[in-house]
Amino acid sequence: MDIIRELQSELVEMKEFPAFGAGDTITVSYSIKEGSKERIQQFQGVVLQRRGSGATETFTIRKMSGNIGVERIFPIASPFITEIKVNKKGSVRRARIFYFRERTGKSARIKEKRSFN
Amino acid sequence: MPGLIGRKVGMTSIYSAEGKATPCTVIEAGPCVVTQLKTVDRDGYEAVQLGFGERKEKNTPNALKGHFKKANTSPKRKLVEFDGFDGLNIGDAVGVDIFSEGEFVNISGTSKGKGFQGVVKRHGFGGVGQATHGQHNRLRAPGSIGAASYPARVFKGMRMAGQTGNKTVTIENLQVLKVLTDKNLVVVKGSIPGAKGSTVIIEK
Repeated sequence: MDIIRELQSELVEMKEFPAFGAGDTITVSYSIKEGSKERIQQFQGVVLQRRGSGATETFTIRKMSGNIGVERIFPIASPFITEIKVNKKGSVRRARIFYFRERTGKSARIKEKRSFN
Repeated sequence: MPGLIGRKVGMTSIYSAEGKATPCTVIEAGPCVVTQLKTVDRDGYEAVQLGFGERKEKNTPNALKGHFKKANTSPKRKLVEFDGFDGLNIGDAVGVDIFSEGEFVNISGTSKGKGFQGVVKRHGFGGVGQATHGQHNRLRAPGSIGAASYPARVFKGMRMAGQTGNKTVTIENLQVLKVLTDKNLVVVKGSIPGAKGSTVIIEK
């Protein structure tokens, strides 16, 4: 395992992102290629889970586009991600909030976590 | 073909220049020691015997102790013959630098044992019939295994339930993504047979 970690730190460049977890609302800016042009797109939604560790860690975010739910899974080490901004800290009791998929309307709200510092 | 003996370390993913994530396996290979040279004069064929992995002196049979003493090396766990090497002498070390990035290799290992399994898991059969409408106990059955009074026997090689896994499996044409000579590591694209820590043979 240590060999793998060492190799990952050598071969995969990890960027510094603010800490976030399940229940938080974040905006991910990532660059996409269209033909030869490259532009930055943003995806804002609620983090459902963070999965894996090290260079293979991924996170899932969900947003409602109209009334259709859209989920995207990003590898955290993806070179396409340019920025992650935490918009809102959510207060949830579990690390993977899959129950959130069945919620719509008023029940699909997540209480904001208050911090006093 | 020239090759090396190694140990499967585990899997991870690395990113290509275009940013594509590639699943890959890390193998710790070599340095292997040449323990014997087979020659046409004496053995009838040309080959190089390589040894890999440390082994305690007290767990080594006396016959093998002598064999390793001839090569002037410590006892090794695994010995494998390879052909296609030239200019090696007994006692030489062979490292991962025999591989280069981008080339294709074949990797053999012992697959994970799954025990005695039925035909659905072992051979990918679909089972018999439906789950409802009064059907019962045929869901994962193999079905017919042949005709009746002629040939009045079951053909050899008929696919049936039995031991699954724990046998030598070779995966061909795996691309070498990285060779790290200082750490004795080879990174290949995709998965290879066996559990982490199991011995594998990499051949060009």
